[in-house]
Amino acid sequence: MTETIQQAQENIVAEFAEFTDWEDRYARIIALGKKHPGIAEEFQTETFRVKGCQSTVHLHPKFENGIVYYEAGSDAMIVQGLIALLLRVYSGRTPEEIIRTPPDFIHQLGLTENLTMGRQNGLRAMVEQIKLYAVAFHAMGQSNQTN
Amino acid sequence: MTSTEPHHATILEPLDVQRVREDFPALHQQVNGHPLVYLDNAATAQKPRAVLDALQHYYENDNANVHRGVHMLSQRATDAYEAAREAVRAFLNVESEKEIVFVRGATEGINLVAQSFGRAFLRAGDEIVISHMEHHSNIVPWQLLCEAIGAKLRVIPINDRGELVLDDFDALLNERTRFVSILHTSNALGTVNPVEDIVRRVRAHNPEIRVLIDGCQAVQHTSVDVRALDCDFFVFSGHKLFGPTGIGVLYGRRELLEAMPPYQGGGDMIDRVSFDGSTWADLPNKFEAGTPHIAGAIGLGAAIDYVRALGIERIEARERELLAHGTAALESIPGLRLIGTAAHKTGVLSFIVDGIHPHDIGTLLDMRGIAVRVGHHCAQPVMQHFGVPATVRASLAFTNTSEELDRLAEGIRKAISMFQ
Repeated sequence: MTETIQQAQENIVAEFAEFTDWEDRYARIIALGKKHPGIAEEFQTETFRVKGCQSTVHLHPKFENGIVYYEAGSDAMIVQGLIALLLRVYSGRTPEEIIRTPPDFIHQLGLTENLTMGRQNGLRAMVEQIKLYAVAFHAMGQSNQTN
Repeated sequence: MTSTEPHHATILEPLDVQRVREDFPALHQQVNGHPLVYLDNAATAQKPRAVLDALQHYYENDNANVHRGVHMLSQRATDAYEAAREAVRAFLNVESEKEIVFVRGATEGINLVAQSFGRAFLRAGDEIVISHMEHHSNIVPWQLLCEAIGAKLRVIPINDRGELVLDDFDALLNERTRFVSILHTSNALGTVNPVEDIVRRVRAHNPEIRVLIDGCQAVQHTSVDVRALDCDFFVFSGHKLFGPTGIGVLYGRRELLEAMPPYQGGGDMIDRVSFDGSTWADLPNKFEAGTPHIAGAIGLGAAIDYVRALGIERIEARERELLAHGTAALESIPGLRLIGTAAHKTGVLSFIVDGIHPHDIGTLLDMRGIAVRVGHHCAQPVMQHFGVPATVRASLAFTNTSEELDRLAEGIRKAISMFQ
């Protein structure tokens, strides 16, 4: 199944809409976190640590044939579940797609404001970092073209 | 002050918690659809109405700058500000209000001593002793000083219950030891250190060694008599004692404060200023440059009056019961490990749960309206000692109830079940 960046967001929102209470939604996030492969140990370094998260989060980007692939993981399972959702939307996309897609779907999942504002779990910092890499790859792509 | 002296007869009566809780407006709210259970008191305490009223009253009636006005409002503001200093003096039982310096908090108090006393009286090769359980605010200021002057930091180890190893402390004291800075009660573990004994050991070794006690987690839980304690410096933060944020206290022995150079320059701390040089105001103004946090000090005075009226002994008795109840409730949860099991503890329940990150526990507890702290609690060396990156910490105040601790235990059990 290959979803577009738009479909990925819509599908995630639809999947979460089936849950009637918060415990089911969080159980789903935890399950996603457990299933998520995390990030290779070689990238669990200070260079790839996302600052501003209370739990430890690492994010590594790879740029291949005009597409950005992210690997990311956390030691906290709820955060790792959120990472799984973010990567489903943002990984395997072009820099342009990543740059122009705000993480609006997060707010439509029925999680608490506390969780979705992302100050505690670093959600905001992660999205920022994902976008920063995309901006850098976008600039690289353009300079390659002009060369 | 006499009206707020706790009456002896009332000390023996237990605290009427339901009535006392009515004094704290912030406790009566819903969080995520549940009544708030506030268990983050070691980070900051909620404020009683008496403190909020004092702040409001000051700004509505007496607001003016202190110490240099001839007009009525300035005199009233000065009187209220200095009455708060007197309340602190009596609370700590120190000799003179000149020994009470208002600072932003314990952190600023320690930095003031490290920078002013440390730079003036410590030399390269001198040794400063702290402990493995210190808050970062009692580590980093000394590291900065050591870097600047070439002094050396020595650390008292802790055991696996989270208690100081006092035999090792004796061994650390030597002819180069000049300063000892120790917390009274650990924010991360709840350990209450035998501070009187520590001061005695230092004095026996060499009466010239100066001792600072960080009372941040002590003054809201137990009575502290600084004169009996016989330390040279004592700090605490107002906001953990039910007062406003941004106000704290540094007590310093008068002859030491007299000998120390100013920490910051500015208004209010001078005697005379000219371009040839300036002379300093008397204590404590020498260390209070600029317009102080007048409202904060007045609020802190109100908080002290409130606590003394309730009776710190009654508070202590109440919290002892709560801690016992909470400890038993948490110990009954399979897979939960308490971090910090000292024989002498105050109301801190720091713990980890097998296979579940503290951050996840904290997030799921918040969904049930239960506010705890998750993280290293500004005490990373403590976390390193116990081999954990973080803990969940529930920290108590006398306003908590056993039912709230049962809700905490129930919340933890439910969080664990979500991971199975």
